[in-house]
Amino acid sequence: MDILIYGIINSVSLALMAIGFTLVYGISRLPNFAHGALYVITGFLVWSLIHLLKLNYVLSIVLALLIMGLLGAAIYRFVLIRVRGMATSEIIATYALGLAILEFLRWGGFKGMTYTLPVFIEGSVNIGGIPVDLQRIIVITIGVVVVAFMWLFTHFNKTGLALRGMAQDEHAAMMLGIDSDWMAVVAMGMGSMLAGIAAIALLPLGNIVVEAGYNVLVLSIAVCIVGGLGSWVGAILAAFMIGFLQIITVAYIQSHFHMVVAILAIIITLILKPSGFFGKQKELEERV
Amino acid sequence: MDKNPATAERRKERLDRGIKVRTEGIYAISSWQEMCYLVLPRLILILGILLLPFMMPSLYWNRVISIVGIYGLLALGFDFLAHYVGLVSLGGSLFIGVGGYLAAVLNKSFGLSPLFTIPIATLGGAIICTLLILPALPLRGVYFAIVTLMYPLVLFRIIEALNILGGTDGILGVASFPNPWVEQYLILVIVIIALFGLRRLVNEDIGLVFRGVKDNDQAVKASGLSITYYKAIAVFITSALGCFGGAFFVHIYMVAGISLFALDYSVIPIAATVIGGGGTLVGPLLGCFILVPISELLRAFGTLRIVFYSVILLAFIMFRSEGVMVYAQRKYHQFERWVKV
Repeated sequence: MDILIYGIINSVSLALMAIGFTLVYGISRLPNFAHGALYVITGFLVWSLIHLLKLNYVLSIVLALLIMGLLGAAIYRFVLIRVRGMATSEIIATYALGLAILEFLRWGGFKGMTYTLPVFIEGSVNIGGIPVDLQRIIVITIGVVVVAFMWLFTHFNKTGLALRGMAQDEHAAMMLGIDSDWMAVVAMGMGSMLAGIAAIALLPLGNIVVEAGYNVLVLSIAVCIVGGLGSWVGAILAAFMIGFLQIITVAYIQSHFHMVVAILAIIITLILKPSGFFGKQKELEERV
Repeated sequence: MDKNPATAERRKERLDRGIKVRTEGIYAISSWQEMCYLVLPRLILILGILLLPFMMPSLYWNRVISIVGIYGLLALGFDFLAHYVGLVSLGGSLFIGVGGYLAAVLNKSFGLSPLFTIPIATLGGAIICTLLILPALPLRGVYFAIVTLMYPLVLFRIIEALNILGGTDGILGVASFPNPWVEQYLILVIVIIALFGLRRLVNEDIGLVFRGVKDNDQAVKASGLSITYYKAIAVFITSALGCFGGAFFVHIYMVAGISLFALDYSVIPIAATVIGGGGTLVGPLLGCFILVPISELLRAFGTLRIVFYSVILLAFIMFRSEGVMVYAQRKYHQFERWVKV
């Protein structure tokens, strides 16, 4: 029973982390290796707003998310637009950016004490005899809301539809008058905001540490690749696969293998079926 | 179109020097002067590298030169694989780690001296790495990059989790080199051999096939050649360079720990390649000679130095993606002048 409950919680957390990465990759084919850095920086922003500017929690969350959106858009508009289309340069540029942000935070931001965000609501409930604290319930709620919102957004909103059009066929989308650079800016801004939402939902469960940036990146890549790049349903199913696998490994083998599972999932998926288990796009282009 | 009115009427014309015959690498030499023109840059490079150990102020800096050599080998391998075979490998630390642990185990458990452990670790490590990467060879671009990035991470975690090979403490007390000069010249000579060997290799027939694999693998396939076979050879060469670096590293620091799988070994060679100029083979080496000492000088700033070279890397890839060496070669081999349009 606790495997089921914690499996679901873990899976939803993974889905939350990965959805921003999937969004950016699916739409502009840009593997955003700075995703983990954006996640950590949100935590740091919220913490600074609360403790340095003495704002209240809700206001600082809203403010931090807005800043993250702008930051993501700015990263695309000023940095990534220059290397667009060159796959190697894209990886190197985003990776260098992520590294710069994380190591800067390690140097100037987080030292000495531990940094934590307060939980939204204290307390816990019993589900089937297992105590689950309310923050974890909130994580699931946020996860469901975000996924539902993204689904509605990409199916019933003009901008969302344009984003999907870009993801399916960039040239055709451009012929229909969709500005591909602008859409990529929007995608990157939303991707950063989603990273921020994941951070705000998940960080109250533990400390804010720089290493989380690297782990979040690996986990997002894992979910994204196992699910198939650009496939939303696939990403969510993959989050559940990896999430449960992780919990089962931790329960029956050893907690050290937590990350090994995710990394092995990436390697094995790429070797067996590089387009992912649920992805249908570009199946022929990835392999010789 | 140039919008600046002052330069709008002119354009820069670039002309090859007369010594160059039709194509890259073939020259018509008719005087000592022209011979010097070709030989001097190479001579300066070789002599410069060989004399470097004498010019260092202290033993600490001699050690830095050895480290530069290790990164140089990795960068050469990365450049070769990325620009001549078309495989972007982010797994420099995989090679270092496998070579390093192999040498340490051979030395500690079997009591072999560095004379034997280094060659065995180089070849054995290269075989292991090639076998590990073999299933990923059909992948392209980003996918291959991600797989190679994940290998060192997974080995790191497995060693940590299973507590094998000394666990988080590592294998201590590995034998060192008999004296610092052996250490120093071993790595520098290997670097020079690797550099000129690779330069020769990419211009041989097999080098042509490598470039074919990069540019149009279907054509290579259609010629009845196995792409996977050639990719495997290239990966073997690269991993041999990296594993040698790893084995050498273990013997100079006398310890093999999980830090051998650290991201540094994957990131710095790439940065050096971008800064030095990809596709030139010399460029990445020079990039290492620039980056690694700077990184040592900045050691006092802690992790800020990683920020520093990430930012340099970002700036180069955005504004000067050709790199220092390509720029320098252009200036050296060509006249430039302004002509009226």
